[in-house]
Amino acid sequence: MRYIDEFRDSAQVKGILDEIESLGLREGINLMEICGTHTHSISRYGIRGVIPRGIGLLSGPGCPVCVTTEEEIDAIIGFARENRDVVIATFGDMLKVPASVGSLEGVRAEGSDVRVVYSPLDALEVAIGEPEKEVIFCAVGFETTAPTVGATVLKAMELGVDNFSVISLHRLTPPAMRSLMEEGEVRIDGFICPGHVTAITGSEAYRFLAGEYNTPCVVAGFEPLDALLAIYMLLKQIKDGRAEIEVEYSRVVTPKGNTRAKRIMERLFRVVDTRWRGFGLIAASGLKLKEEFSLYDAERRFYIRRMEAVDKDQGCRCADVIRGIITPEECSLFSTLCRPESPLGPCMVSTEGTCSAYYRYERR
Amino acid sequence: MSQRITLAHGAGGTRTEELVKGVFLEAFGNPILEELSDQATVEMEGKRVSLTTDSYVVSPLFFRGGDIGKLSVYGTVNDLSVGGATPVYMSASFIIEEGTELSLLKRIAESMRDALRECNTRIVTADTKVVERGKADTLFINTTGVGLVDDHVELSATNIEEGDVVILSGTVAEHGAVILAERADIDIPFRSDCAPLNGLTSVMLRAGGVKLMRDVTRGGLATILNEFVDASGKGIIIEEGLVPIREDVRGVCEILGMDPLYLACEGRLVAIVSPEAADRVLHAMHCHPMGRGAAVVGRIVAQGRAVILRTTMGVERVVGKLSGENLPRIC
Amino acid sequence: MCLGIPALVIGLEGEEALVDVAGARRKVSTALVEGIEEGDYVIVHAGFIIQKIDADRAAETIRMIRELGRRP
Repeated sequence: MRYIDEFRDSAQVKGILDEIESLGLREGINLMEICGTHTHSISRYGIRGVIPRGIGLLSGPGCPVCVTTEEEIDAIIGFARENRDVVIATFGDMLKVPASVGSLEGVRAEGSDVRVVYSPLDALEVAIGEPEKEVIFCAVGFETTAPTVGATVLKAMELGVDNFSVISLHRLTPPAMRSLMEEGEVRIDGFICPGHVTAITGSEAYRFLAGEYNTPCVVAGFEPLDALLAIYMLLKQIKDGRAEIEVEYSRVVTPKGNTRAKRIMERLFRVVDTRWRGFGLIAASGLKLKEEFSLYDAERRFYIRRMEAVDKDQGCRCADVIRGIITPEECSLFSTLCRPESPLGPCMVSTEGTCSAYYRYERR
Repeated sequence: MSQRITLAHGAGGTRTEELVKGVFLEAFGNPILEELSDQATVEMEGKRVSLTTDSYVVSPLFFRGGDIGKLSVYGTVNDLSVGGATPVYMSASFIIEEGTELSLLKRIAESMRDALRECNTRIVTADTKVVERGKADTLFINTTGVGLVDDHVELSATNIEEGDVVILSGTVAEHGAVILAERADIDIPFRSDCAPLNGLTSVMLRAGGVKLMRDVTRGGLATILNEFVDASGKGIIIEEGLVPIREDVRGVCEILGMDPLYLACEGRLVAIVSPEAADRVLHAMHCHPMGRGAAVVGRIVAQGRAVILRTTMGVERVVGKLSGENLPRIC
Repeated sequence: MCLGIPALVIGLEGEEALVDVAGARRKVSTALVEGIEEGDYVIVHAGFIIQKIDADRAAETIRMIRELGRRP
């Protein structure tokens, strides 16, 4: 497959690893990726196992499902339970996330109409196909997914569809990175930046990390050779004492990004302060539909009761895993009480979650 | 165990195991049932008789390369055949939703007729029930199959040893990819691999050296290999590069972010074969239309009690059981 | 964070494109991009084209990977 197989060519792995080795960086270096798809491919291709011991590959808040707060999921589940005739459309990733009152998978089993879709446009198709039903789309995701939801709302307006609305749970990546740096709980020597978020935002979005925090950044693609090359480029910057924003994934990412997608995102959404699971409140880090589009904002059309934030401590340390402070193995519940078939936290449930990737691909 | 049944319990992974052991084995388990294999072989009047049962709830009812009727016959035949039995008789019971068109049932019945003829077996007893609209997804079919096991056939997990070879009869994930593609509006050139395996299993048994066989269905190759590990107590190493898969099936998996090792097949089997018989069996398979794509994908190892995949990147990782519904993802 | 797949554009109609990934084809929206033509390779995410792939930069990255491999 073009642009996939060339970047999975195992013959090139040894060469890059030798170059990484030759940099001679021995002391503990922490590189953090903050993208669930990176977490997934790094574990799946065993990258952690082939790079030199001293280099730590941490997973940050990269999975949109994991950072959705429990009270947001509880609110959706509570609403679905009380409104069984309303269609709740969601990405597959959201189905199994446990919240205090169960999960969307569980509430579907109780009779609510929860449907998995591949695209927000599919959710709009459901609304068009079943005009007598209200359809709500749970819009999770970062800067890559928000424009697709914005474009879908615009299309709904254009077609005059009045039984379709969206719960916007979108979050923005740079504010989370700033929060990681501000809190400084874990030393981060370099960021592997998310390829497809940056395809939208443009690599300039991370300038503050180099400027204010003197931290090297490399925007990486998702194939194994992309990850290895990006790791090499980061380590080279560290060795040279540089802190720049470099783009490994140059075939897709430009400094400015996708201006048309950004325009749509800015036109439909306003930036709000929002809570992240594991972080608490992060300023200017969430997106909600603007007043002008309130007809399509499920939180305005319906009474989706918001529970107040309840930080229960049942030993689940997803919050620390999400911030990269601990690895899954350091959580006492990992693979004992907390397993894919009996997940206690989102990091184990979501296929993009750090613990799920570790459990599936790195358990010995 | 979770308090309510979810779709994950139907996916063939750990949740299914939990349900089967926690509810049914608990209630009416016995040594034969506890083997949890695709079919049970029992002694009756000096003859070895094999029995299997399955339900078919596929949706959509008609898909590229097959339909629920064809699937119900081939699935029953395949479960018997991988147990070394020659399918002889079948039963079929139909649970039909109120409002289903008769013409649709006729098409499915004719499709079953053709499949029965192809497998040289007959439905000798049947039943129909009609349920109110909404109580069934148009049509469910449950079947039972009966077969006779020849004396020379000796298939059991107990004689699996280190060094035994793992042979897969063809390309993976086609049936699963057809169903998923249809749900996600992806247009595909390939069809479900839905097909009978009785011809293939008989040539394999004749070649000799086959220790155990299972048809790869719900949960895909990874689930079946994990079942072999549970049954034999040994480990399995498979080479990712050796697992045959069509490019366009890989395309669907890439689009939906899914691992083909967990997608269903409906006309593929996996066999554990002694090393000295491997070439002979493989050759016999290649001479049969259902085994043309057969390939050695790995081998049995003594320790580990797990399925290890050596990836094309040369790294080894555990291939676990499916732990719930296998869903497409966006992130 | 966002699964995106390289796909070949084999048809264009209104605000939709028909894309192909190794023979698997799907209609996707072009609402988020401009100037997409048949024969372009694009990244598809959640039913939308989110960016065009730059063939020259891809070749450049491959060259960089290969050069790393050969350096003494």
